[in-house]
Formats: sequence, C-alpha cells, structure tokens
Amino acid sequence: MVAERLPREVIAMRVAQELQDGDVVNLGIGIPSLCSQFVPEGRTIFYHSESGVLNYGPMAEEGKEDQDLINASGQFLAPVKGMSFFDSGAAFAMIRGGHIDVTVLGALQVSSKGDLANWMIPSRGIGNVGGAMDLAVGAKKVIVSMEHIDREGNPKIVDDCTFPLTCPACVDMIVTDIAVISVQNEGLVLHETAPGWSAADVQAETDAKLIIASDLKNVSL
Amino acid sequence: MNKVYSSFNEAVADIPDSATLMIDGFAGPGGTSQNLIRALRDQGASDLTIISNTAGLASVSGFGTLPGQKPIDIGILVDNGQVGKVIASFPVSPSPSRPTSFEKAYHRGEVELELVPQGTLAERIRAGGAGIPAFFTPTGIGTFVTEGKETRSYDGKEYVLETALKADYALIRGYMADTMGNLSFRGTSMNFNGVMVTAAAISIVEVDKIVDVGEIDSYRIDTPALYVNRIVEV
Repeated sequence: MVAERLPREVIAMRVAQELQDGDVVNLGIGIPSLCSQFVPEGRTIFYHSESGVLNYGPMAEEGKEDQDLINASGQFLAPVKGMSFFDSGAAFAMIRGGHIDVTVLGALQVSSKGDLANWMIPSRGIGNVGGAMDLAVGAKKVIVSMEHIDREGNPKIVDDCTFPLTCPACVDMIVTDIAVISVQNEGLVLHETAPGWSAADVQAETDAKLIIASDLKNVSL
Repeated sequence: MNKVYSSFNEAVADIPDSATLMIDGFAGPGGTSQNLIRALRDQGASDLTIISNTAGLASVSGFGTLPGQKPIDIGILVDNGQVGKVIASFPVSPSPSRPTSFEKAYHRGEVELELVPQGTLAERIRAGGAGIPAFFTPTGIGTFVTEGKETRSYDGKEYVLETALKADYALIRGYMADTMGNLSFRGTSMNFNGVMVTAAAISIVEVDKIVDVGEIDSYRIDTPALYVNRIVEV
C-alpha cells in the first residue's frame, strides 16, 4: 500500500505553524499563497506584497474587487484598517533591507546546501525572475513549500541544482507533501514525515542524502 | 506653461523611433496607462526600448483583472512590431502553454530581452531618477545576473554592481493630478509608476481626474509636480 501525499492545503497548514506572532511575511505564488488561511489563532501576521502593500488581510469578496488593491499574485484584497501602500522601490528596500521575517516560496529544485532554483525550466529558454531573487536573498527566513517530486516523478531535492539558480544557500526549511526538512551546515535534516511514510520512503524520493533527526516524527498540525 | 493635454494622441505625438520608455505593467489594469499605450500604438513609433516589469501579459493572463474587463498593456506594442528591446523581470506568460507574442518574437530573434530581478529593476529606475549612476546589491549573487558585472565584498557578503536606468519618456498611470502636476496614486497602482515618474526626461501621466491646484490635500501628494510634464484625464 502506498501512503497518501499531503494535499496542498495541509502543506500550507504546516508552513503556517512556522509563522510567529508579529512576523512580517511575504507569500509567493501557489501553495505559499494558501498559508495565510491557516495561521494559528492568537498570532498577528503582517503580510507584505511586492505589489506595494503592507498589512493586507483577506481576499476581497466577490463583487467588491478593486483593481487598485491587489497582491503580487494578482489576487484582489479586501481593504482593511492599517494597510499601507508604497512604490516598488520601497517594496524591495523592505525586502533587501532585512525587514521581512519570513518568505514562503515555491521551488523547482532545492539543493543539499539550500540553493534555490525556482525561476526557469531550461527547456523553455526564457523565464520569469520576478521578485524571487530579492526575496531569497533578503528575507531573514526562507521556507520552500512544494511537491516533493515533479510531475515526471523526478526528485526536486537534489545534491546540486541543474536548473538556473535563484539564490545560493538561502533556503532554511522545506515543507513538502511527504516531509519537513531543515537545511543545516551538515546537510539536510529530516524532521517529520507524512503519516504512513518512513524515513526510507522519503529518502527514496530524494536525490540528496537526508540526515534523520533523532526525534523524527509524523507531520503534526 | 501648460501641462494639461486634451488628448492621449497629442500627449504622445512627439515620441520618436528608437526612444526609451518606462511603462508600468505590474499591477494589471490598475497600474497600467492603457490609454497612453493605445495612443502610442496608433502613433506608430518603432524600434522602442521598453523598461517595464513585464513584456505584456494581458493577452494571456487575467492578472489583477476584474470580471468582464478586457485590459491591454504593452503587449499591443509588441504585437504591432514597435518594440526592439524589453528590460523586464517577468517577461513571459506564467503558463508555458500560452506564450505571448513577445515570447514568440524572442525565440525568433526579433526582440531583445534584458532580464532583471524585480527589486533590482525598481532600484535601477529609482537610482536613475536620483542621480546615482550605479549601486551594489546582494540580489543575483551566484546567478546569471552577475555575468559581466563587477562584484565586491562588504563585511564578508558579496554584492554585484548594477547601473541606473533612465528613459526619454515614462507613461504613468496616476489617480489624481492637479493642473500644476502634483500627483496622487491609489493603492497598489503606485508600484513601478512611483519610481518611473522620477526617471524619465518627460513623464506623461494619465489620471482619473485633473483638479485645480489645492484640491489635492498637500499632505496627500505622492509625487511633487517637478517630476510631471504632461497630464491627460481619462
């Protein structure tokens, strides 16, 4: 029997546990954008978007969308008290300047040294860098959330990235549909596995060698 | 002197072939000077270099687009064969199966691309408007971005030297302008508009509303009038 993979929402839920009260957080496109729905009660998070807004809240209700109120994923935001707007120069000064506590990004590949590749599939010959390089280099903590393997079944956690890099040695933590892994000086440490997955099962889908944490446990929410 | 123009066509009439333009294209229709872009398409200037966050995505992506809207962006200038080069951070469709005309033209070798990280793009524009010829940034170290550029270490961390960007014209989308040229933006439409307006020899702004001087609260002016050369009401 093959154990089930965690759905995208559960990956986002696990990432959300990492967000601490008072953190300034920038969420990327895809699974990362789901995290804001699952932040544990009692924690106040200040969301930043490179579209030029800080302290946004929920998405706009249908029929109340405003074209001048969007995040970097192009989603319409609801107006909330305390939100502020600024130009792209300031948006990225906040990122590069170390004022963002956590960014959550998607990835094509992450290496055993925490190198991130997430902007271009080489076969396309062109790609979108967007704000990923700035976020990866500037945020205090970089969490990658993604599927553990790609659609063809290739491992995305590798010894060395073969795709063009976004930023070397920047990833702190990887949350996938089967594992929670941290990037340490000695390599990648496996802390949690999805229910029904052993460390060996996760290793079989991982190109890089994993170090098993002494307190290895199931992903808990 | 009069900064108020009565038509978009008149406001872009003197843009010559081979001009360099800054045009915001981050925020979807909210931040895009759609009327000025359409006028530039009709005006026909060619071999343009366009500095923008994207190379035109409206034809394939509903980014920031309200239900029922059919916005345009600089993609129509690419479609019309007016663009020789784009300097952008997000040049192609997020979906490889739906390529834009820019991506097709790029693969045919008909248009040049300088790919720049978004924050570096914003800062190069800001620097262009602020008299800073170049600056060191950590963004892009260890990637293709550093190719052919000077790098330097400060306090044990590596940085790459990036140069300022300036333009002959900027096509800006604002919210309100007074007749003097003071400008206010609305929400996330400020983003690249807010820096581009400072970095062009001639900034042309389309706004929802042109009002008399004093009608925009001075404490709410985002861009002082000295950066603004021409204004047109939508």
